[in-house]
Amino acid sequence: MNKYLMGEYDIIVVGAGHAGCEAGLAAARMGKKTLMLSINLEAVAMMACNPSIGGTGKGHLVREIDALGGQMGLNIDKTFIQSRMLNTAKGPAVHSLRAQADKNQYHIEMKKTIEKVENLDLKQGEVIDLIIEDGKASGVILKTGAYYTAKAVILATGTFLAGKVFIGESVYKSGPDGLAPSTVLAQRLREYGLPMRRFKTGTPARALADSFDYDKMIPQEGDEVVVPFSFMNDEIGDNQIKCWLTYTNEETHRIIRENFHRSALFGGQIEGVGPRYCPSIEDKVNRFADKKRHQLFIEPEGLYTDEMYIQGMSSSLPEDVQEQFYKSIEGLENLKIVRPAYAIEYDCIDPLNLKISLENKTIENLFCAGQFNGSSGYEEAAAQGLIAGINAVFKLNGKNPFVLDRSEAYIGVLIDDLITKGTNEPYRIMTSRAEYRLVLRQDNADLRLTEKGYEAGLVTEERFARYKAKKEIVEAETERLKKLIVKPEQINELLENNGSTPITGGTPLIEILKRPEITYDDTAFIDTERPSLSHHQKTMMEVQIKYEGYIMKQQQQIEKFRRLEGRKLSPDIDYSQIEGLRIEARQKLNDMKPLSIGQASRISGVSPSDINVLMIWLEKNRRMRNGQS
Amino acid sequence: MINFEDTIAAISTAYGEGGIGIVRISGEKSLEILNKIFVCKGAIKNKYLTYGKIVDYRKGSTVDEVMAVYMKGPHTYTAEDVVEINCHGSMVSLNKTLELILASGARLAEPGEFTERAFFNGRLDLSQAEAVIDLIKAKTEKSFDVALSQLEGSVSSKVNEVLKLLLDIQVEIAVNIDYPDEDIEELTYNKLIGDTETAISMVKKILEGADAGRLIRDGLNVAIVGRPNVGKSSLLNCLLRENRAIVTDIPGTTRDTIEETVNIRNIPVNLIDTAGIRETEDEIERIGIEKSKDAFNKADYVIMVVDGSENLTDSDLELIDYINSKKSMIIINKADKESLIDFAHIKTISPNSDIVVAALINGTGLDEIEDIIESNVYGGKVSQGDSAMVNNVRHIDLLNRALASLNSALNAAKMGSALDFAECDIRDAYDFLGEITGNTVSDDVINEVFSRFCLGK
Repeated sequence: MNKYLMGEYDIIVVGAGHAGCEAGLAAARMGKKTLMLSINLEAVAMMACNPSIGGTGKGHLVREIDALGGQMGLNIDKTFIQSRMLNTAKGPAVHSLRAQADKNQYHIEMKKTIEKVENLDLKQGEVIDLIIEDGKASGVILKTGAYYTAKAVILATGTFLAGKVFIGESVYKSGPDGLAPSTVLAQRLREYGLPMRRFKTGTPARALADSFDYDKMIPQEGDEVVVPFSFMNDEIGDNQIKCWLTYTNEETHRIIRENFHRSALFGGQIEGVGPRYCPSIEDKVNRFADKKRHQLFIEPEGLYTDEMYIQGMSSSLPEDVQEQFYKSIEGLENLKIVRPAYAIEYDCIDPLNLKISLENKTIENLFCAGQFNGSSGYEEAAAQGLIAGINAVFKLNGKNPFVLDRSEAYIGVLIDDLITKGTNEPYRIMTSRAEYRLVLRQDNADLRLTEKGYEAGLVTEERFARYKAKKEIVEAETERLKKLIVKPEQINELLENNGSTPITGGTPLIEILKRPEITYDDTAFIDTERPSLSHHQKTMMEVQIKYEGYIMKQQQQIEKFRRLEGRKLSPDIDYSQIEGLRIEARQKLNDMKPLSIGQASRISGVSPSDINVLMIWLEKNRRMRNGQS
Repeated sequence: MINFEDTIAAISTAYGEGGIGIVRISGEKSLEILNKIFVCKGAIKNKYLTYGKIVDYRKGSTVDEVMAVYMKGPHTYTAEDVVEINCHGSMVSLNKTLELILASGARLAEPGEFTERAFFNGRLDLSQAEAVIDLIKAKTEKSFDVALSQLEGSVSSKVNEVLKLLLDIQVEIAVNIDYPDEDIEELTYNKLIGDTETAISMVKKILEGADAGRLIRDGLNVAIVGRPNVGKSSLLNCLLRENRAIVTDIPGTTRDTIEETVNIRNIPVNLIDTAGIRETEDEIERIGIEKSKDAFNKADYVIMVVDGSENLTDSDLELIDYINSKKSMIIINKADKESLIDFAHIKTISPNSDIVVAALINGTGLDEIEDIIESNVYGGKVSQGDSAMVNNVRHIDLLNRALASLNSALNAAKMGSALDFAECDIRDAYDFLGEITGNTVSDDVINEVFSRFCLGK
């Protein structure tokens, strides 16, 4: 076919999902001439599965993306229809914000943002090949014959890449939600020698709002006070909708069990590996046979549609079976399904093939992000997109990679896990994956990351000024609380009412605020000169006061962790030559080429004694280089 | 992994020589510990030798009159803060001083550990370092790969029980935190407190009698058994000749049966009286194997000697059968003569014993015997006394750290702090114990969460 040059860019992003959007926006905002390509522009920031952003761990990622100057937090704040802070009964480190989005509005707002950014072009087109020169990615070729050159390419292909949909016995090539799949590129990537594999995910049916019987379901309200995701927002309005809770029953399970043989999942057609944390309903019934019921949430997809999302009920059973089992559920007896549930299988890369910068190890200047890297979830994708975007720019500018470590951000945990340990299933972030959870809170994401984002050139002056003001206000107010002495007669009634031990003499207010049962707001009545603090400011200050001891302890653990991360390993080391390392460790280390002793210690198959041997070897080498003898 | 976090201590002069010696401490807490146990006029000054007394603050009694020096890092042997205490009293007071230091927050140094720190902190030149590298490498292999398999079955299974309980707690907390919307029972504080208390008592039980101080105080009880005339007295004489005997004013329950206490590689070893050690020809019939069995019962470690120039007798086989239930060594003696015993055969009938071929009459094989005794003690293979199960100093240290973390978790739970605070401490405890069994895979919790609970959209 005749090929023709259609444009020259610095950076090209393949895919405009949650990863692609952050990557493209970051690259353009950092001054690079950027092109984003999507098979269909209706798929920009499309929520192909549940219409919500955030949740445990994921909410932390959104705050971190926001603190670094990304778009996700701002976009959901504009388009949320219900918001809840989860885990409020637990410690502040695991409070997690989750918001239902107006799915279509979310897409529209993101697309509009992209369209208005300078240096950034968004075009519809299917990429069928990469242009590679001297082992470096230097452009893309479209199905039409058009080609674009670039200095770096970012792959964020999501479930489009060699996508295959399963609904019962029916199997066909497709992207998400009936969109066209990307079929040629997948083959080319394999030919270039990238270690590709197949993963699977699924989504439940959508049904019309009028066909539910709401009297039979339990309403789920949003929070009274809505907390914004973005540090740029103080107030974002009220909840618009309710969600609903109902349960499957024995009849539902019977229908599913009797039709196991018609499921693509058990029929063996699906070769892709699905996530354990997001099983289809047939998987749940099969693996947890003794469970009498499974819960499901009914969530509106937006304000301008009647479609409802049935959370907890993804399936790859045929449509007739779906119809039967959905209708067996209380409140869903007259259900009108408008889109059936389906499973989708897609191509992704083994993330062990990536550097910590998310650059590919096989092809230089090729960066990778999102589901393509074996993750799952909009937030995980967006986080990687942002980092891949920043690092593509850094690479072109000749700067060292932008790396967040495990003690700095959930983003660091996510990327380190992927590229160091790899993953056997679509990877989801969880708070349990973070070792330094007490420090990696959502309330202090800006404190942890905004300066870094500013130095990288992504955080705007406006955001940076806001961050500095917050920091100063919190510090000043903390100091004031240290000096403010309260008397027993002022506060003992409150203390007793809250089951707290009364004080016997004048006490700095800050000491009283360290008690778990007394909040900052509780004490407002005795503190008339108190400045007015925003939600973000108040939360961060209160957490820092209340949990100081725990936070200090974790800081010490982090220092220890950093010492090991600080012992750097050169990528030129040939581990097969190091005497004393076990064979397995030599191979793993040679494959991975870890950047530090710390990273090496997290590779499966590398034992503590291998690490000792490595440390000895390093120290010996250092001496030799310094010419000591 | 090599650990530089804690403060270590040991007697750094040869053990048992005239009762004068130096106890050395290295690490962050060196000065803090010295201040706790040392009473002198005026303040302790950097690099000044100060006269004073070591006082056991637990009892208020004076242990010894000493000269002590505090040397602030980095210009010290290890490049860390170092304290050296010159004890002038007896072996006993040297031991007591060390024990007091260990009780005050240091842990017993492993062999070569001061040098190891000196190496990593850049205090040795390359030629010195080469020797240290070999030492550390050997120790690394010994203490991690081998020690794990050496770890006495009962200890490792007990540690595994605690690990399982801690994993359960973590899984419940994790699922409560990461899946707040799921249909899952809330973990109550009462359950958390109960489970944590159970874990604490389990760790305490493992630690009981396993403290490193005991080894220094009481020594290791070793029985030498075997038929008459196989070379037991040669072994004893070798050990006595090589290692000056310690004057036995060390109190201990087995004292009346101790024949000699010798110092092997800085480990006090009590050689327990056995039938054959001082036997005479006419006693042979009378004493026989029965008394060997007696000694055997009191021993932490058994050395059996067989005569390699003769075929194994029924008595030999009976004894081998007996020692197979204990940590033991079999010496195939009289290698200077023609050998009738097959090394491989002995290995088959006593697979867990260390086997040494020796000619004790001229001292051949003695080094190997001492090597094995040393590595057994530091590798955690040998138990000491009936209740003691763990002797590896690293293991004791890890158990103590786990215990501290569990106590902190218990406090958090009792104060009603959020679950995730207690979880941090429980995770620490889990990691410490995991280092003992070599189980440090961090995805355990997440794997368990998914296998046990039905979660997700």
